[in-house]
Order: sequence, then structure tokens, then C-alpha cells
Amino acid sequence: MEMVKGERWITWIIRISGYSSILFVSLILIFLAREGLPALGKVPLGDLFGTRWYPIESYFGIWPLIYGSVLVTVGALLIGIPFGIGTAVYLSELAPAWIKNILKPVIEILAGLPSVVLGFLGIQLVAPSFREFLNLPTGLTAFTGAVLLGFIAIPTIVSISEDALNTVPAMYRQGAMALGANHWQTIWGVTVPAARSGLLTAVMLGVGRAIGETMAVMMVTGNAPVLPSSWNALFLPARTMTATIASEMGEVATGSDHYHVLFFIGIVLFLISLAVNLTASSLALRSKKRAERLLS
Amino acid sequence: MKFAARIIALVTLLTLLTACAPTSNGSTEPPASTYIQNKGSDTIVNLALAWAEAYQSVLPEVRISVTGGGSGTGLTALLSGTVDIANASRKIKDEEIEAAQANGIEPVEHVIARDAIAVIVNPENPIDQLSLEDIARIYRGEVSNWSELGGEDRPIVKLSRETNSGTHVYFLEEVVRLGDPENTEIFSADTLLLPSSEGIISEVADNPNAIGYDGLGYVTAEVKMLAVTASPDQPYVLPSVETVNNGQYPISRDLYMYTRADAPQTVLDYLAWIVSPEAQKIVTRLGFVPILVKTAGK
Repeated sequence: MEMVKGERWITWIIRISGYSSILFVSLILIFLAREGLPALGKVPLGDLFGTRWYPIESYFGIWPLIYGSVLVTVGALLIGIPFGIGTAVYLSELAPAWIKNILKPVIEILAGLPSVVLGFLGIQLVAPSFREFLNLPTGLTAFTGAVLLGFIAIPTIVSISEDALNTVPAMYRQGAMALGANHWQTIWGVTVPAARSGLLTAVMLGVGRAIGETMAVMMVTGNAPVLPSSWNALFLPARTMTATIASEMGEVATGSDHYHVLFFIGIVLFLISLAVNLTASSLALRSKKRAERLLS
Repeated sequence: MKFAARIIALVTLLTLLTACAPTSNGSTEPPASTYIQNKGSDTIVNLALAWAEAYQSVLPEVRISVTGGGSGTGLTALLSGTVDIANASRKIKDEEIEAAQANGIEPVEHVIARDAIAVIVNPENPIDQLSLEDIARIYRGEVSNWSELGGEDRPIVKLSRETNSGTHVYFLEEVVRLGDPENTEIFSADTLLLPSSEGIISEVADNPNAIGYDGLGYVTAEVKMLAVTASPDQPYVLPSVETVNNGQYPISRDLYMYTRADAPQTVLDYLAWIVSPEAQKIVTRLGFVPILVKTAGK
């Protein structure tokens, strides 16, 4: 009798902790909406989606901020995806055991580095050297932020991709080899496509890590709210949504237009990450269905 | 952050409530002799906090509570009688004096420190001096290459503090808008907004294209300060404690504390301590310019 009672308690605790995440997400959503949506009523839409962000004089155009976040995140992925997946493939398919034993802990250390430390390195080392080598007016650019974010996203991408590659049944590789495919053809043609949904999850979590990152970005991107005028915008300063919220929320008067607009930016960020997650899960679902079709 | 602030407020409230409970006998006024309320300018709030903290070791029985909110907020609180000391980074307005007098309060002004902004460039930059007009044109984005100002052929990278900093607002009003209240010019959008003074100093120290500004007390030897003039026919002046105190350096202002004329002795003692050399050392540490007391004998 005692055991059963105990188990019932445990079941309840587990169930509550499961439901609590739904509760927290909806509470956050309600709070965001309550604080952010009034911005739509207080600031005319034309101003809100204007091109100039200078809140202390009531210029509330959030386009430069959206653009800044997208630019830095896309840049980070261009660096993070090839390096991250490449490292994962190397670790799971090619690396000898002793290298694996060194590399994996090193990558885990990289994952544990606080982003403010990376930001400090960025401001002291990366930005000055980019300015010199690329001959830029300043090293505090979207590109510098993208490189740092790439580094921040790589450990996430590597560890999840590696797990995905490890779950591909050995049978697949043996089958490919038996059909005469070489090592490279096996990796590219069989292992990686078979692990595709896991790799996609890895990339999406990497995106999530990158777009939400604040500190490192705030330190190295220069935070100038400019709209792009040409293709070299990646090598000019940019201001992200997260950096804007972080640097302005502390001083803003509660209930002011500026306050509501900052929460509205929070809503925009939320919608962007929601869209990324929905796309990811629908893609993962689709590829799973295809795999099931093939196997049946 | 807001949440944390709320918790702190709640805890403070509860502490106050429990503290009040045993002694509450109808009178809601705290004992005026040991409790000083200090409110106002966000520019001064850190300085006021540092002073309040240091004063604890001078007179532990005096409790000083410091809050920000802006110069206007502090002065309004003073003239409605809810605080003992109002911090202001501007002079009190005539209508504020009238409102105070209507409440039977005579405001008294005390200069407690000075705030000067140094304009800085990389030591490699051959430019040594600029007029306020030139600096304004740089920050409005009307000049984009150092050669237009007689320097090398290099792009100008403009650095500024974030918009929430008091220094940013002061620079906007006094330099970008040249002190003209009708002027609505703002910083050019490609101005880099850095979150800290250290960030500005380190980028200027490293980058020969950069120009920045910062509170005089934060400037280090790694960067070069420019001599500045309000109009080109007047001499260019380098910022220093002396030139700020004698009013020659154009980008500087006095910082004030206002009290009522019939302030309690504790408040007067506190203000007397604030202008002492010991308290003025804290001024330098926080990036402001100490006031030179004439009796100090330099």
C-alpha cells in the first residue's frame, strides 16, 4: 500500500512538472502580449515599422533592429553550420578514438564558456584584427558578431549532430560499402541524409542559440541601428533586437511608449523563434514520413 | 530586472512596515534627524549612492535613501516636501521656484560636483583641436572623412554611449544641437552606441579612425583628448579640473543638490561633508570633476 501511494505522488510530481512548462510558456506569452501589444495603439504603425531607431526622441522604427538580428544570425549560421556539421561528421565517422577523446571534452568546454568572456575576447582581439586584415573603418561590425555567434552555436550543433549521426544504424553504412561506395560517398550519400532530421534539429537549436544571444553581440557589433544600403552591410555595424532590449530596458520608465515598444520587440523575437521552430518540426516530420515510406 | 526590482521594493516595504509597527503612534513622519531622503537626476544617482554609502562610515546613525527618476522628478518631490535633498543636473527653473514658494518652501542651491565631457581620438590622429560646430557636424553625419577637417584620409567612426546614459543626452543637447533647445537634430544612425565607457576608450585607443566622448574622469592615457572651443575665434581649451572649474572648457556643467532653506542640521552636515576633499575623491572615481574648494590651497 505504501509503495503505491508513493508512486502516485511521484506520478503527480512528474505530471505537474510536465504541465508546468506549458503553464510557463503561456504565462510568458500573456505577459509579453499585455506589455507589448499596447505599443500598437500608442505608436502609429508607420512609425513602428519606420527606418530610424532613436527612442529618446520617439523614433521607434524597429526595421533596423530586425534587420540587424537577421543579418548577424544568418552570418553566424553560415559559419556555424559547415563547421559544426563538419566537426560532427569527423567525430562520428572518421576520427580515431584518441582524437575523439581529446576533441569532445574541448568542444564541451567551448560550450561552457560564458558569452561575456567570448565578447571580451571579441572586443580585445577579434575586432581589432578584423579591422586590420579586412581594412574596415571599425572592427565592431555585424560580421564580428556573426563569427562570435558562430562559435557560440558550434558546440550545440556539434553535440546534437553527432548524436544524430551515431543513431544511424551501422547496417546503412555496411550496405553502402557493400554496394561499392567509398567512405566519402557513404557519408555524403547515406549517413548524413539518414540523420537529416537530427541534423536539422541541431541547426535549429543553433539558430535559437544565436538569435537569442545578447551579451557577446552587444559588445562587438557596434549597436548602430542602420538599415543596409549595400551588400557590404555585413562588414558594417548593426544593432540587434536582443542588444536593444538588454541595453535599454534597465533605464526605461515603466508604462512609457518606449517600454511598450521594447516588449513589442520581444513579441517579434518570440514570433521569429516560433516560426523557426515550426519550420524545423514540419521539415523533420516530413523527412521522417519519407523515411517511413521508404522502409515500408 | 524589473521583477528583481519589484521584489526588492516589496522586501523594503515589508521591512519598513515591520520597522514602523512597534513605534507607530499616529505620527507617520520618520524621525527627521536620522533619515535623509535623496532623489533626482539619473546622472548623479551613482555618485549620490556612493556618497550615501561612504557617509555610513562617517555617521552610521544617519540613513540616506537615494533614488533616481530624473532632475525634474527630484525637484518636484522637493517642492512638494517629500524629499530632503533633490539631485539635479540642471539649474532649478523659475516656475519650480514659484511652485516651491507656494508650498512655503525656499529652495537652496548647492553645487556638489561638475560634469565635463572630453572628446577623444586615437593618439595617432594628427587632429588636436576641434570647434563644437565641427564635432556636431561629425556626429550628425555631415562630415565623414578626417581629411575634411584637415586630418588624414580616413573614414570617421563615431562612438557614443547608449541612449540611456545621461552623458549621451547631455552631449546631444550641448554638442549635437549646440545648446539650442529649438534644434531637433539627432545623432547620425551609423553612430556606434557602446554599452560602457570602457568600450569607448578601448575602441578609440585601438582605432585611428575613431572619435568618441566620455566623462572626463573616465579618460585614460591611451587616448588623446581634443582641445575644444565654442567658437573658432576663441582659444581652444583642453579639459582639466582647472579649466572646468574656471568655466573655460565649453562642454561642462555644474551638478546640483537642492534643499529647503530650513533644512534640518543633519542634512546641512551631510552637504558640508559632500564638498569636503574626502567626499570629492569619490567624485573623481566616478568620472566627474571635483569642485575646487577655495580654502583647499593649491
